[in-house]
Amino acid sequence: MTTATVTGKTDEPVVGTRNYLTEGGVTLRSWLLTRDHKRIAILYTLSITLFFFVGGAAATLIRLNLVTPPGIFTPDVYNRLFTLHGIVMVWFFLIPSIPNTMGNFLIPLMIGAKDLAFPRLNLLSWYLYMAAGLLALFAIVIGGVDTGWTFYTPFSSMYSNGYVVLALAAVFTAGFSSILTGLNFIVTTHRMRAPGMTWYRLPVFVWSNYATSIIMVLATPVLAITLALVAVERLLQVGIFDPALGGDPLLFQHLFWFYSHPAVYIMILPGFGVISEVVPCFARKPLFGYKFVVWSSITISVIGFFVWAHHMFVAGISLYAGLVFSLLSYVIAVPSAIKVFNWTATLHKGWISFDAPMLYALGFIGLFTIGGLTGLFLANLAFDVHVTDTYFVVAHFHYIMVGGMVSAYFAGLHYWWPKVTGRLYHEWWARIAALLIFFGFNLTFFPQFILGYLGMQRRYFSYAPEFQLWNIFSSAGASVLAVGYVLPFFYLGWSLFRGQRAGANPWAATGLEWQTSSPPPTHNFDRTPTVTRPPYQYRPEPEPQDV
Amino acid sequence: MSDARREPWPDPSPEPQYATMAQQAEAASFGMWVFLATEVLFFGGMLLAYAWARGSFPAGFAEAGRHTKIFIGSVNTVVLLTSSFTMAWAVNAAEHGRRRPTAWLLAATALLALLFLALKGVEYHQEWTEHLVPGLNFREEGPNAHAVELFYFLYFMLTGIHGIHVTIGIGLIAVTMVRAWRGAFSERYYTPVEVTGLYWHFVDIVWIFLYPLIYLVGRSGP
Repeated sequence: MTTATVTGKTDEPVVGTRNYLTEGGVTLRSWLLTRDHKRIAILYTLSITLFFFVGGAAATLIRLNLVTPPGIFTPDVYNRLFTLHGIVMVWFFLIPSIPNTMGNFLIPLMIGAKDLAFPRLNLLSWYLYMAAGLLALFAIVIGGVDTGWTFYTPFSSMYSNGYVVLALAAVFTAGFSSILTGLNFIVTTHRMRAPGMTWYRLPVFVWSNYATSIIMVLATPVLAITLALVAVERLLQVGIFDPALGGDPLLFQHLFWFYSHPAVYIMILPGFGVISEVVPCFARKPLFGYKFVVWSSITISVIGFFVWAHHMFVAGISLYAGLVFSLLSYVIAVPSAIKVFNWTATLHKGWISFDAPMLYALGFIGLFTIGGLTGLFLANLAFDVHVTDTYFVVAHFHYIMVGGMVSAYFAGLHYWWPKVTGRLYHEWWARIAALLIFFGFNLTFFPQFILGYLGMQRRYFSYAPEFQLWNIFSSAGASVLAVGYVLPFFYLGWSLFRGQRAGANPWAATGLEWQTSSPPPTHNFDRTPTVTRPPYQYRPEPEPQDV
Repeated sequence: MSDARREPWPDPSPEPQYATMAQQAEAASFGMWVFLATEVLFFGGMLLAYAWARGSFPAGFAEAGRHTKIFIGSVNTVVLLTSSFTMAWAVNAAEHGRRRPTAWLLAATALLALLFLALKGVEYHQEWTEHLVPGLNFREEGPNAHAVELFYFLYFMLTGIHGIHVTIGIGLIAVTMVRAWRGAFSERYYTPVEVTGLYWHFVDIVWIFLYPLIYLVGRSGP
């Protein structure tokens, strides 16, 4: 592998003998009409990267505004900025991030299949996503939305002066994109496994995406119909959510969070999957407690449906309901903790190497643990009353979504980059970026825990002067974080053209995806593989790596 | 109909991602089941809203229920249930490789579905003339006016979205019918008929929930 030569200048990123990037043509048409899950994964990666930078730009402006009270933007502009940031990051980056890119690329490879069960549906899912994304961008360009990503009624349905219906239509459409992906993954996992690939031989990444898909299929339709009802209410001034019309805003919140709390698990379960692949590989040990990790994913996807009202403790639900949902929210912390213990136990006495994917994975474990534990604070009724709608909540969910999921996304991106592109990235730059992201993230969001505890409200364009010091820390951290996020753009882009050839298995990893060439051929395997062993058969002694 | 004995088309080979036709058939019908699970939750959101609204405004919902056109609703229930029967029969005919009966039974299903939509249209028209359409021409007096409006809001959302499902079903059935007529199916391959059938029975089952909620419960009171 180390003898592979770096090719000279060429128009194509990778010149392989026979791989999915060149087979079937390199025309734009061959990409836009492709049914190959790997090419669709690339289309998704490019599109979510675009949206990541759109949402990131909004975040930058938000942090810029909060350096000094009362900031540089009018309240109205500020409202539109955080709404844009929320909608884009949740529905156009986090929800599709790992499932639609790595899940799409890897699930068929990992189970030894030629493609997903429904390739046309897969492509349709991407087109729906793009249509939704363009609708959302259009709504932003012509004036924006000021409801927050939560679209709470009656503000969204009656009073908001933004382009709410357009934004609702965008999210509605994006929802169907994720339903189709979930459906495809479920059927693929059930029906497309290679001979000998029993359920307990599936990599945890596949299990995690399976658990995610269950949520996508069962929760998203509820969001869709709820948003449709809000849109009708706004258009016709008749409906069930506005109290002036005889409706009930709490009903909206129940329906919204019935999707949006499980959606939090859509945004983290695939991350668990990535970490469960990376940690055993770079600790050279089998994953500790495989079945516990697997079943904790499934447990999370089930219990996740029964904790939604912890978003509504101060919204006017009964104390009894509050107690029940508080208790259930504690319960769901158990399977998440099981995973953290299993990853840590996998590290124990492992032969650990600190390559970039592993740095991200270790960062994930720490940050997710902080995010998860502060979630327990919020599940506590009394404490929640104190910090509801403060920066404590903002910091908590950013530790999960950004510290957790985005770290996992980068871990996976680096880990499978050689498989996807056939090239190696520059390891040292990647490690620097991983460290920048870790420290920048903590500097950005840890002060927000303190701010929230001290009482700074979220979603305000300004704040009391005594909060300024912590806000300056936070904005400074955001600058570091921004550099960390932009860096991969350069060294990964560079590796596409100049990176060393990767070979089939640069990490000496187990798993079917590493058995085929890099980049894989269109139909993934020359012969359908037969599986005879459980996953993660790593041995403790170090193996030569060519990084 | 002498050509009924004509050789059907050769068995299609599976799509490239599948090893066998059996695997492809299993994936297709399983995919439809998963999709129907999505649909259950899609309607579930509105049914929850209905449950909440009826619980909050029992008198208004009873009053609104008495405005509904129970005769048309009942006839439509019979029509839709019959269409499910002809659909089940069509799947059975396809299973036995009976090409022409399959096509005819699918045609009957589609016609019954069209009849359902036509009757629904008549019903909507009557409601329009009685000023029962919220947001567009609703006019109702009395203490329960607001609740009656909520009822009709949910009524139009539920039956409207159900109607969209019926319309999509008609399209699916029509395509399947043409393919059946042309001999695309045999005892060994009739997955599209089966999957269309699954979808159609779901549309029917949704109506079985809507019928009592819309037409019956409001009339049960004094």
